[in-house]
Amino acid sequence: MSAVIEEHHDHHDHKPSGIGRWLFSTNHKDIGTMYLWFSFIMFFVGGAMALVIRAELFQPGLQLVEPEFFNQMTTLHGLIMVFGVIMPGFVGLANWMVPMMIGAPDMALPRMNNWSFWLLPGAFGMLIASLIMSLMGMGSAPNFGWTFYAPLSTTYGPASTDYFIFSVHLMGISSIMGAINIIATIMNMRAPGMSYMKMPIFVWTWFITAYLLIAVMPVLAGVVTMMLMDRNFGTSFFNAAGGGDPVLFQHVFWFFGHPEVYIMILPAFGVVSQIVPTFARKKIFGYSSMVYATASIAFLSFIVWAHHMFTTGMPVAGELFFMYATMLIAIPTGVKVFNWVSTMWRGSMTFETPMLFAIGFIFLFTIGGFTGLMMCIAPADFQYHDTYFIVAHFHYVLATGAAFSIMAAVYFWIPKWTGNMYDEKLGKLHFWLTAIGGNILFFPMHFVGLAGMPRRIPDYSLQFAEFNAMATVGAFIFGFSQLIFLYNVIKTIRGGEKATDQVWEGADGLEWTLPSPAPFHSFTTPPTVK
Amino acid sequence: MSTTNHGDYFIPEPSKWPIVGTVALTTTVIGVVNTIHSMQAGGSMSLLLPIGLLLIAYLFFGWFGAVIDESMAGLYNEQVDRSFRIGMLWFIFSEVMFFAAFFGALFYARVFALDWLAGGSNNAMTNELLWPGFEGVWPLLTNPDNAAIPGPKESMGPGGLPAINTAILLLSSVTVTIAHHALRQDHRKPLILWLAATVALGVIFLFLQVEEYVHAYQEMGLTLDSGIYGSTFFMLTGFHGFHVTMGTTMLLVMLIRAIKGHFTSDNHFAFEAVAWYWHFVDVVWLGLFIFVYWL
Repeated sequence: MSAVIEEHHDHHDHKPSGIGRWLFSTNHKDIGTMYLWFSFIMFFVGGAMALVIRAELFQPGLQLVEPEFFNQMTTLHGLIMVFGVIMPGFVGLANWMVPMMIGAPDMALPRMNNWSFWLLPGAFGMLIASLIMSLMGMGSAPNFGWTFYAPLSTTYGPASTDYFIFSVHLMGISSIMGAINIIATIMNMRAPGMSYMKMPIFVWTWFITAYLLIAVMPVLAGVVTMMLMDRNFGTSFFNAAGGGDPVLFQHVFWFFGHPEVYIMILPAFGVVSQIVPTFARKKIFGYSSMVYATASIAFLSFIVWAHHMFTTGMPVAGELFFMYATMLIAIPTGVKVFNWVSTMWRGSMTFETPMLFAIGFIFLFTIGGFTGLMMCIAPADFQYHDTYFIVAHFHYVLATGAAFSIMAAVYFWIPKWTGNMYDEKLGKLHFWLTAIGGNILFFPMHFVGLAGMPRRIPDYSLQFAEFNAMATVGAFIFGFSQLIFLYNVIKTIRGGEKATDQVWEGADGLEWTLPSPAPFHSFTTPPTVK
Repeated sequence: MSTTNHGDYFIPEPSKWPIVGTVALTTTVIGVVNTIHSMQAGGSMSLLLPIGLLLIAYLFFGWFGAVIDESMAGLYNEQVDRSFRIGMLWFIFSEVMFFAAFFGALFYARVFALDWLAGGSNNAMTNELLWPGFEGVWPLLTNPDNAAIPGPKESMGPGGLPAINTAILLLSSVTVTIAHHALRQDHRKPLILWLAATVALGVIFLFLQVEEYVHAYQEMGLTLDSGIYGSTFFMLTGFHGFHVTMGTTMLLVMLIRAIKGHFTSDNHFAFEAVAWYWHFVDVVWLGLFIFVYWL
């Protein structure tokens, strides 16, 4: 198959050169690379903000930053990590891998693909510009938390909120177009014989994620539009004096927001489902149950949103409905975790860096899943709500969950992308420092949270001092060890031991039949799938 | 998978349009915010707004022009056609979800918010202490704080203009379907006539909608800032009107292309996409007519 590709040289196979290659790209690999670098850069920007937050919280009292600035840090850290790191990171992986995995030459709609990417620098440019202006003493950047609840963001939001609103609109347009592209690619570009139930799990999880994106990003656009109107044109959506309700904001926001958290974890499930079988040298256990579990999680994500609002005020019937619906999610998620474990059972295991991150994901994501289960119990959540316990929970699922899976994916696929093997020693060092640092950082948050330390506050009572100091130390270990990752990636791009086409002994799938590095256009002649 | 010739995939050459699109959209949105802020301070429109809008116009002409050229040159195979169809279908679905957010706000306000503000469920004290004497009836003419946010004098019923507009939109869905059938049988003259009729109906609808807005603002006191009734009324009908405007423009482009001799009886995806969009706009209107004007 690879021979066929090498012979096939038409004018498409010449890489355009210069800056135009990136600005005008219609190539899924180049666009994927831009997504991944964007995500990586934003990871350091958002991470620097996290370190400001943790440095301030190193000891009680106010040391480094003003509370107003602290609010801007928590807000932008959240927005950047969610919309600028995790989501573009997964879209970058999808861009690179989905066409190769299904035996396609490229994405179905390559120009729209490039537009999806290039809207992101525009959107985040606006957002970060408001922070730079704030640092120069001109107004405040968004300061109401990444959830931008009304009336904090409507009545009390700074002038930059209006730029924030349109920045969210641009991100939404980008995500919707990206999702449409992925759906069209998967439905329409599969090689002959690649039936739906033969697709790699990563493709399946992205297929379902794309539907979630199309369904909820417009709702996010709707809620920020209502904000814009309430702020500037006198509407009363979130204003009780005019017959509206600030709680309506939370309902519409979380109707977007809960599927959003699965948008950030389903592709992670997909990555882990590719890596675990490869390094266990077995086929994935329970392929079809993995697919059905993913679909079930996606469905359930639409009927659980108000579990973010147990303390906001809701009829008891509502509390009970959302509590039980949320508990149901544990079932398909459990199916997945047990499938991964069963895949490893009696496998011929080796522990290269991608596998280490994947196993780290399974452990640490599951901890985050269990704390989620604790919080879905409405009466218990009255205690946990808005404490550091929830901060611990969502960082276990997002930082040591989703972000771990992206790191795993980079190590797993970078030999295919660059043609070079990464430095295994540095990779392992990166894993252990990240895993240990991450746990020192996030685990103590459970304790201070259960003891009642509120989130998003720059100061705290004395009894929380030790655990906070510990978390800050962990944060700096976690943060600075990412420089090893950056160094390792650059080193791999520049050279290193040549990778074989299959790269990993246990690797299975169309992407591993292509040469390493993969040719500019993946499959110009469709492979046949048995 | 199906039986298309995977041998000649179509992959477009590198294109400047995505970058033009990014610059256009970013300029426009910054222009919108600058204009809002400037006008609130008593200033005038930001220059970025017209520049951005011109760039968007350039984008549409350029990008769609390039696609039309490629299509006329026969570069698109069945597979590309299917990708376009899937893309348009899910784009329309995303639009449905956008309207769903505003319908959700409407239902939430009518079913929950007003009831609770009026003391329903366990909110007796909310009503007693915060909004004494407030009654949660729909359409809401007296707001909880009617001094700060005066409610409208009367509400917009379904009779008259809205009923006429419903008939117009339903009729336009029929005319566009007749035009499609004519195109499928390669009857160019009826195609152009019925398509022109559809465009005309769209324009009449918009004209009547403007009439209705003027009436609402000048005589009924029903405005965007007259409380949740005005908010939901104008946001829902306003976004629908914006979509009718886009749909009418798209139909007009199809009409011009039809007059120029574009489309064949078996290859006219652009026409179909616009027809789908038009039916979507029609269905949204039916939801509006029932839940905003009637019930």
